[in-house]
Amino acid sequence: MLELEARTEPSRLMSWASPLLAVALMLAGGMLVFSALGKDPVEGFRIFFLNPVKDLYGVSELLLKATPLMLCAIGLAIGFRANVWNIGAEGQFMLGAVAATGVALHFDGADSAFVLPAMVLAGALGGAAWAAIPALLRTRFNANEILVSLMLVYVAQLFVSWLVFGPWKDPDGFNFPQTRMFGEAALMPMVLEGTRLHAGFVIALGVLVAGYAFMNRSFAGFRMRVAGEAPEAARYAGFSAARMIWVGLLLGGAAAGVAGMGEVAGPMGQLTDKVGSGYGFAAIIVAFVGRLNAFGILLASLLMALLYIGGEQAQQYLNLPSSISMVFQGMLLFFLLGSDVFINYRLRLRRRAV
Amino acid sequence: MTGRPTHGKTPDGTPRLVLKGIGKVYPGVVANEAVDLEVRPGEIRAVLGENGAGKSTLMKIIYGVTRPSAGQMLWEGKAVHVENPAHARSLGIGMVFQHFSLFETLTVVENVALALPGAPALDELAQRITEVSERYGLPVDPRRHIHALSVGERQRVEIIRCLLQNPRLLIMDEPTSVLTPQAVRKLFETLRQLAAEGCSILYISHKLDEIQELCHTATVLRGGKVTGECIPAQETPQSMARLMIGKDLPHCVHGSARGDGELRLRLAGLSHACEDPFGTDLKDIHLDVRAGEIVGIAGVSGNGQQELLRAISGEETLAVKFPVQICGVEAGRLKPAARRRLGLAFVPEERLGRGAVPGMSLADNALLTAARGQDMLAGGFVRFGRAHAFAQRCIEAFKVKCNGPAAAAKSLSGGNLQKFIVGREILQAPRLLVCAQPTWGVDVGAATFIRQALIDLRDRGCAVLVISEELDELFEVCDRIAVIAKGRLSPTRPAAQTSVEDIGVWMSGMWPAADLEHQPPAGTPTEPANA
Amino acid sequence: MDAGLFTSMLFSTVVAGTPLIIVALGLLVSEKAGVLNLGAEGMMAMGAVAAFAVTHHSGNPWLGVAAGMGAGAAMALLFGVLTLTLMANQVASGLALAIFGVGLSAFIGKPYEAIALQAVPPIRIPFIADIPLIGEALYNQQALVYFSWALFWGLLWFLYRSRAGLVLRAVGESPASAHAIGYPVIRIRYLAVIFGGAMAGIGGAFLSVFYTPMWAEGLVAGRGWIALALVVFATWRPLRVLVGAYLFGGVMITQLFIQGSGLQIDFPSQLLSSLPYWATIVVLVAISRNANAIRLNSPVSLGKPYRPDA
Repeated sequence: MLELEARTEPSRLMSWASPLLAVALMLAGGMLVFSALGKDPVEGFRIFFLNPVKDLYGVSELLLKATPLMLCAIGLAIGFRANVWNIGAEGQFMLGAVAATGVALHFDGADSAFVLPAMVLAGALGGAAWAAIPALLRTRFNANEILVSLMLVYVAQLFVSWLVFGPWKDPDGFNFPQTRMFGEAALMPMVLEGTRLHAGFVIALGVLVAGYAFMNRSFAGFRMRVAGEAPEAARYAGFSAARMIWVGLLLGGAAAGVAGMGEVAGPMGQLTDKVGSGYGFAAIIVAFVGRLNAFGILLASLLMALLYIGGEQAQQYLNLPSSISMVFQGMLLFFLLGSDVFINYRLRLRRRAV
Repeated sequence: MTGRPTHGKTPDGTPRLVLKGIGKVYPGVVANEAVDLEVRPGEIRAVLGENGAGKSTLMKIIYGVTRPSAGQMLWEGKAVHVENPAHARSLGIGMVFQHFSLFETLTVVENVALALPGAPALDELAQRITEVSERYGLPVDPRRHIHALSVGERQRVEIIRCLLQNPRLLIMDEPTSVLTPQAVRKLFETLRQLAAEGCSILYISHKLDEIQELCHTATVLRGGKVTGECIPAQETPQSMARLMIGKDLPHCVHGSARGDGELRLRLAGLSHACEDPFGTDLKDIHLDVRAGEIVGIAGVSGNGQQELLRAISGEETLAVKFPVQICGVEAGRLKPAARRRLGLAFVPEERLGRGAVPGMSLADNALLTAARGQDMLAGGFVRFGRAHAFAQRCIEAFKVKCNGPAAAAKSLSGGNLQKFIVGREILQAPRLLVCAQPTWGVDVGAATFIRQALIDLRDRGCAVLVISEELDELFEVCDRIAVIAKGRLSPTRPAAQTSVEDIGVWMSGMWPAADLEHQPPAGTPTEPANA
Repeated sequence: MDAGLFTSMLFSTVVAGTPLIIVALGLLVSEKAGVLNLGAEGMMAMGAVAAFAVTHHSGNPWLGVAAGMGAGAAMALLFGVLTLTLMANQVASGLALAIFGVGLSAFIGKPYEAIALQAVPPIRIPFIADIPLIGEALYNQQALVYFSWALFWGLLWFLYRSRAGLVLRAVGESPASAHAIGYPVIRIRYLAVIFGGAMAGIGGAFLSVFYTPMWAEGLVAGRGWIALALVVFATWRPLRVLVGAYLFGGVMITQLFIQGSGLQIDFPSQLLSSLPYWATIVVLVAISRNANAIRLNSPVSLGKPYRPDA
């Protein structure tokens, strides 16, 4: 009989190998899914995983998709390390988009170089403000931040819908639930000519580096890691639990808000009721698959972006619903959580007791 | 003490339990190796060994909690594989755990029902509990919730739970560590009564005097192996200690305290209502600790020690500042880091998860309390090199056995981790060290080392406060001793002028109201108290 | 308010509260055993889509309910393998289950969008359904409404009167002690988790087969999360789950009635629709303020992994 046996020290090898194992298992699982759906698994693999990156434009789309994911995920990871479970990044993303849109619409037609920075700032503040609600309720009233931040996603979605169906609706928009297109000054500059890859990607890389410095090098990041691994030790050392909740949620909210700003000022060019397209939830997976560390998150966000685009390709060429990408994402996280057991345990064959 | 056990009275015939060559291997650890043991009806057999010798593992094997990796077990002459504790109970084996296996939010009768086969009616069971408790002198109310009981009462529940199944073998794992000396007497009477009725008892302990007083025979374990058997009544504590640790019991070198140093800690009428519904409220506590002395606080666990420690360390802040004064500063409202800056260092009771982060390296764990004081930060960023060097210094100065500063805290043995934590605090040159259970669960060598370190620290002019449940330890290191009971603190007494017996009486909450020591009334914090 | 309006609001409140009761009581059982499964939203979504598909193909809503129950239980089993056997973090695994369940249900349900099912007729209980005002509202209801009441009574008996319930509570309180006196902690936790999943599946089935009755992506609309909040709100007590679920049902229905009443209220419908979510937050805050109530009632080992050393 197989059984798990505790290792004396966690395996360093496995902590790196486990995500790779999870990816391999996901690919194998994906092939099975394709076969089960009556598609040729090799063809499915090609279309899903290779097609999206076959040319420069494809790669630029991949980076574009990965941008909001890495932004949201690095922000979440900071909180997750301290056991601050902000799962409302989706809502914070939308509020960031709303705040940025507010600035864009207010300065509509203005030709100032300050509009964009103001939008980035507004996005960060909007996201942070939305995240401040669970932070306040948790620190003041002990209300569970998982449930509060999650409820606020639904509220944010309804709020966005009210804006684009009501006060912010484009008067010339044939009644579509969307705002006016932003003016030139309120749109992100492009990074690569002929693609949609915009400056948000550069911002995201910058935030990743800052996130790395914060989590791995700063004393504040150290305190958060202690709080996550051993809350009693944090209390013993005198690290304020309330401050960590605030920091975790505000940074997560701000990063998600900037990501939301990047969407409306980037590929969308306006606010619509479809602005929240699940990036905030997918970022939770990115954060875990990326091992809550900056470099891992970079890789994981690329992988997750590939899954998104692969889903679109599968819809186009294989006639499968694009939500297949969510199936792949879910599988990836499950396999990762499962294979992580081998970091602390090893498999052993057990003989019957003597 | 009267009634030394007589040895002729164990009946002949088959032994109740025989272990042959029992072994248990955990990854990286051999807990038991080739252990032979025999216990006869009516016999009280001690299983003696120091912390980490493998006593508890062996008992868990007998009780079916853990499976052995080798060896054979005979129950009343027949080979058995004990599958699980329910099986053990059906054979007639009962066990009282060191860390009780009780459920806090359930009532006494529910707790007992959980360990009985079938589904006994609770009312009827409550009746039976009362009967048994009267017969063996173990008073307990079957309707009360466990969290409302004292530690001693909880142990009674555990014992009654075993007795209701008429066990023929009762395993007691370190039963006296939670009892006052008077309660220990009472427990021994119960155990003798049981043995007289033919029940076999395996008595796990590392306390030599208790074993001499109670047990007919003893099996000694060291490093998981049997190192000898003896009849305790024919041995001296020294000879048994040699069997137990392979050499003579080490002792600390202890000069006398100066006792006139400056005031480093003053508790001036400290009262605090505990937020935790299972906790203890602190009531009007007065205490002075001066530079160059070690003050000990004795008491049965759960009488307010945790709450007192949190109030001193700052993990729990007070609404007012004067009741806790550290080095002359009224610190009641200060957070832990601010109190540390005043010169406080603190060694908590729990090593893993509070005193140290289990998964982090020793270098990272050095950062936990030493980051600011030892200059390990630069503009909000950590200077990991300095943390590493500090940890290295600590490892060397305190003889911590480990794989260097990068070793994870959880990879260290209890004794070595405790040496590291104590070392981390002492190396910061505190003016006041507060130390909870300094040697709990630590092997004898490390325990002596740590006690000596505390004494040396005192001699360098630090004020030291030790809170411990081990009276022997307090008498070994302390200059003055007080007792905490039900959230109140007794006056202190010079250790040399009191005895284990006196302190034992105090531990039940009875100390002379107006004692030698002058207690300043609450609200007048500045008047000096003289010991 | 006239009697007809009262009856129809009471009727709708009971209907809206029913899936919350079923799901929250299921979650309560797994949490009593010490397992925090945040994946309720995903289990409900899977239950809903499975129930819808099977009902659509078989024409039998009860086969659908069984399928929903099975799907929820299967999702819970997956969670159990991760957290109980492989000792993965319960919070992370629960989030994964929620995201995965919502995604997978969207994928499976794609072909079923824009199909409507035949409405299942309610079951009228003779005589008591004739009680004025409340009879029609309470006793001319869907079978699953009666099931939710039976579940409530059954659970009360199970948790506080049966030995199995005592063991369950003991495992949630202290798995180490339960193991030490010989209970198979992991097996008991598996059963509790799977029961929770099965109930979440039935709750989902109620939404897609009886309540709407249709399938759409996002059908569950946060009810799984609200059910989780309800368990906290109820401080792990079944009666409070029942009361809380109907309160939430009432809030949901009130905002719908206001929107549908044609009253000249100048308040945007989207903002009214967010009322139940705000209500959840407010209630959560109100109950969590009393930290002692939470600490005294929450299962002590909730969310903490346990592995017996053998």
